[in-house]
Amino acid sequence: MRASLAGWAFVAPALSVILLFFALPVLAAFALSVTDFDIYALADPRNLRFVGLDNYIGLLTNPLFWKALGNTLYFVVVGVPLSIAASLTAALLLHSKLARFKPFFRTALFAPVVTTVVAVAVIWRYLFHTRYGVMNWLLSLAGIAPIDWLGDPHWSMPTIILFAVWKNFGYNMIIFLAGLQAIPEDLYEAARIDGASWWKQLTHVTLPMLGPVLLLVSILTMAGYFQLFAEPYVITQGGPLQSTVSVLYMMYDEGFKWWNLGNASAVAFLLFLLMTAATSGLLWFARKRGVE
Amino acid sequence: MKRSPLALALVNGALIGLAAISLAPLFWMLAVSFMQPGEASHFPPPWWPSHPTLHNYRELFLRNGMATYLFNSALIATGVTLISVLLNTLAGYAFAKLRFRGRERTFRALLAALVIPAQVAMMPLFLLLKQMGLVNTYFGAMVPGLAGIFGIFLVRQYARSLPDELLEAARIDGASEARIFFQVVLPALRPILVTLAVFAFLGAWNDFMWPLIVLGDQDMQTLPVALATLSREHVQDNELMMAGAVVTIVPVLVLFLMLQRYYLQGLLVGSVKG
Repeated sequence: MRASLAGWAFVAPALSVILLFFALPVLAAFALSVTDFDIYALADPRNLRFVGLDNYIGLLTNPLFWKALGNTLYFVVVGVPLSIAASLTAALLLHSKLARFKPFFRTALFAPVVTTVVAVAVIWRYLFHTRYGVMNWLLSLAGIAPIDWLGDPHWSMPTIILFAVWKNFGYNMIIFLAGLQAIPEDLYEAARIDGASWWKQLTHVTLPMLGPVLLLVSILTMAGYFQLFAEPYVITQGGPLQSTVSVLYMMYDEGFKWWNLGNASAVAFLLFLLMTAATSGLLWFARKRGVE
Repeated sequence: MKRSPLALALVNGALIGLAAISLAPLFWMLAVSFMQPGEASHFPPPWWPSHPTLHNYRELFLRNGMATYLFNSALIATGVTLISVLLNTLAGYAFAKLRFRGRERTFRALLAALVIPAQVAMMPLFLLLKQMGLVNTYFGAMVPGLAGIFGIFLVRQYARSLPDELLEAARIDGASEARIFFQVVLPALRPILVTLAVFAFLGAWNDFMWPLIVLGDQDMQTLPVALATLSREHVQDNELMMAGAVVTIVPVLVLFLMLQRYYLQGLLVGSVKG
């Protein structure tokens, strides 16, 4: 009995914070999304009206929403596999018996993860400057003409994807490293006795054994990448030609620039729905392939 | 295992290449922050200041209020760290070691809530804080970080390995649950507390979207928010912006370098075993 009371007393502070500042607002967000809450309602709640699914219907017929959705999907579909490939490559290199100075390399490759997104995004703007940027200088060394990274709508999203890969690959690299260390050495032993090449060992031992880790990393990375916001906010401000407006960028503009908080809540819920669908799809795919 | 010199060179060469890609932007930032105004805008881009100067830092702190932003960031991140470590540890320990009615169900509900992105809550949260008069306050900026499901989960995982005999012995001695928590449990949980603190501090320091929403007043802004604003006003001032980036990044980078063992450990407990 004493333990029961104490237990609730111990969880109460954290639970109240989570209930008041997270659970309650999430429920309220749904309520908000079926109203026309705007700057007039902000001034006087009596201007608030129930509009049913109008916000959702409005969004689904709004070209900017589809543009933002397309941009976000572009970022996720290209960015997630690229990031995971980079993480896996780095982890394999670090795990190799041939690698020297492992602690140093591990720290160096992880360093971008702990940096502040906004600050490194500012660096990126100058590195990818058309005339004075380091990136175009490197290209010029290879004899390639300068690219208008941030001004050309075809290159703006690739620039942001490159940035995200650079910033984030160290995180999954650490998870992959732990996964690699957990693979029993005798499996490789047996493969070598069978005369398996380095590549055969990778595709027949390492990758299958990493299956569950790969699934976990894909889900976490995908969830994170759907929430693209600070990068385009700082690097491109959504441009050029709205080529880097993400769903969250649209939510921010709708909600806190134009004060259409009802509409912004509907955007947030559509994003949540999309993330849930994508995660379920990934789990379904993994189950079909026998990864659990 | 064949250890040909070629394979050795390939593996280490690739690692050197990756390390260069990871660190070069940070190195470039540092070098440019000491350059004279306009010096970085040349082709080919310079990698070393010809006449190193502190001009950009002076400009930031004397003319652009950088000291205020630095103070705001430090205060908010410290506040979030202290409060969230205490709340998450209390809850995580209780979920692991104290028996109470509805414990498993409550914990499962928390885990299920992890899939909801934080942004869904932001619009109502803003209205709630506006009602409470907390918009444009330090506490308002701290609110989303005060307690976290992930942090509770992390502590619970770690606290489960505490021996029950230790707690029982203290109970038989007549110690209250609060006393047991502060004198027996907290010392035993020290490594995970450091992990939790590093995560909380870095998370709060690097956070952007919520402070951007809730801190409209310039005097209240954190470094990332102020830097984003400055970078829109000072598009051409390459060197100034790099100094701003240095001021923002260096504190968290140093913190990470000092405590990276705890940070990486927490990252693994939080994801692989999850």
